[in-house]
Amino acid sequence: MTDVAPVTARRQARARWLLLVPALTVLVFAASGPLLIVLIYSFLTPGDYGGVLWEPSAQGWFSVVFERDFFTDELSLADAHLSIFWRSVKLSLMTAALAFIFGFPTAYFIATRPKEKRDLWMLLIIIPFWTNLLIRTFAIAELIRNEGTVNTLLITMGVIDEPIQMLFTEFAILLGMAYVYLPLMVLPIYASLERLDFSLVEAGYDLYATRWRVLRKVIFPLAKPGVIAGSILVFVPSLGAYVTPRVLGGGKQLMLGNLIELQFGQGRNWPLGAALSLTLLAIVMVALLFYVRAAGGEEGRHG
Amino acid sequence: MIEIDSVTKIFTGRGAPFTALDDVSVTIRENEFFTLLGPSGCGKTTLLRVIAGFIDPTRGRVLLDGQDLLSLPPYRRPVNTVFQNYALFPHMTVAQNIAFGLEMQDRPRAEVSATVEEMLSLVRMTEMAGRKTSEISGGQQQRVALARALAPRPKVLLLDEPLSALDFKLRKEMQLELKRLQSETGITFVFVTHDQEEALTMSDRIAVMNAGEIRQFGGPRDIYDHPAERFVADFIGDTNFLDVTLLSSEGSTARVRLSSGSELDVRAPQADLPPGPATLAIRPEHAQITTPDTAPLRGVLSNIVYFGTDTHFHVELDAAGSFVLRRQNQPDQAQDWAIGDAVGVKVPPGVGQVLQD
Repeated sequence: MTDVAPVTARRQARARWLLLVPALTVLVFAASGPLLIVLIYSFLTPGDYGGVLWEPSAQGWFSVVFERDFFTDELSLADAHLSIFWRSVKLSLMTAALAFIFGFPTAYFIATRPKEKRDLWMLLIIIPFWTNLLIRTFAIAELIRNEGTVNTLLITMGVIDEPIQMLFTEFAILLGMAYVYLPLMVLPIYASLERLDFSLVEAGYDLYATRWRVLRKVIFPLAKPGVIAGSILVFVPSLGAYVTPRVLGGGKQLMLGNLIELQFGQGRNWPLGAALSLTLLAIVMVALLFYVRAAGGEEGRHG
Repeated sequence: MIEIDSVTKIFTGRGAPFTALDDVSVTIRENEFFTLLGPSGCGKTTLLRVIAGFIDPTRGRVLLDGQDLLSLPPYRRPVNTVFQNYALFPHMTVAQNIAFGLEMQDRPRAEVSATVEEMLSLVRMTEMAGRKTSEISGGQQQRVALARALAPRPKVLLLDEPLSALDFKLRKEMQLELKRLQSETGITFVFVTHDQEEALTMSDRIAVMNAGEIRQFGGPRDIYDHPAERFVADFIGDTNFLDVTLLSSEGSTARVRLSSGSELDVRAPQADLPPGPATLAIRPEHAQITTPDTAPLRGVLSNIVYFGTDTHFHVELDAAGSFVLRRQNQPDQAQDWAIGDAVGVKVPPGVGQVLQD
């Protein structure tokens, strides 16, 4: 009799693991496999017409940060790569910040609607997300190009004489990414605000806190887990974004995704591309580590 | 002193407009323990929230020491609230919660920490100062909520059914604790409850509310002994209602004829009631069980219920209806009555109260 319960529990535990098998299979073959190939390729020699030669080399990794002058053989930092790294990180951080500035009030607005209307508002936020990414990106391009809607409108109204160059700038990429990833910021913030007990807000007002102070001292700290999650969800895909910088940056303002694509395409330097991919992965990992620590600390303190 | 002057609140939602407060006027004195008592939906919480500033009334005025409260936002009113679910900030410690109101008033740091210390000892929570609010028990959360609301020294403390989430024993303890805090701090307490016993135990004065109106207003003894109308008599304590005929009334006494034919002298809530059909209210503990011969009411004992502190006798009246009597128990009392006995109910003169329908 005494053995029955543990045996059943063990069998149930095993059954639960079985449920994971399909997902694990996909992960092992479709994610870890290619990743391993990328790792191996990053230590090989580039082939003349793309591909790799099976000769071990650290040249790929070396080229991520350094370059050798073609004539003098002088060693220097790879300025082009570093500026692209910097631009990627900078634009991704700014995208997360912009998405927060627009996303937080939006999420707050939805969370304070009557319950039965919230789903409708959420739907309005999510609908653009279901539209093809390319179409949305070209729509932005149409809006901000020199002969586009915004410039035409401003010129007609007499605000400006010459069109403002917005397309193919960092601003364009920032705008495009913030627009594309906004729902990823709104959703987690909404989730944490929806759980917020609004009698806490009343308690704040009751205890002499002005609107701004209630927001800063009560609402924001309680929405923080959502803000952190949203920031990561926006930051990570922004960092590796390919389509948006390609279309809105016009090949002038490269980001990491474009640089990697370049190495596998015209650059014909697969090991460098592979090393850059892994560098991108490392940056993402660092961001996630930061998230886990911030979120974990939060949870610990909430008990 | 809070003057509530013909305050009306009509909620207009998608359905029909709902009158939560119907021309309510009442004056709450300084330094008193004032209770709004009534069934749920009677408007007592709405009135509290009007004073706190979370609801704007449709009409009427609210003055605190002559100053118009309604023109001030909640964070400018010298009024603090103890919320029903306590609404403690989960991201702060006990001490940080108590300090919140003081910090929002930009009081000097030294004053804040001194007041927090004082409040912690006032509610006996000094050892818990560093705890998260999720790490303390319900009763302790209650005390922190009290300390937090008292710390800024408001002129008025509003309490929205603060004891309803506590278990019976803790509730009894907190009732006394609240009373102690009120007399120690000298702050006016406005307490909302649907629990009549709670109201009677703690209050200096009680306003009994129903359907958005104040039905009766007075001290606990007044309200209990002299209910002005059937609703109040029914809501507060247990009451026997008898259909009677009012023969005459003079001042605060009236003469009624019971359906059994006997006549009784009872109290009248107001002078010069017109003769005719009326209701007589008698508290179960005010009548006595006796032998049938001389009693004005006669019947058969249908049930005896033992409650520990007292015993309830249910009598089926010969005339019509039933009557419940309550008798305080004495140690090892002999069982002097049995179910099925013919009994009488004796009503001492001046005990019952005649109510107009």
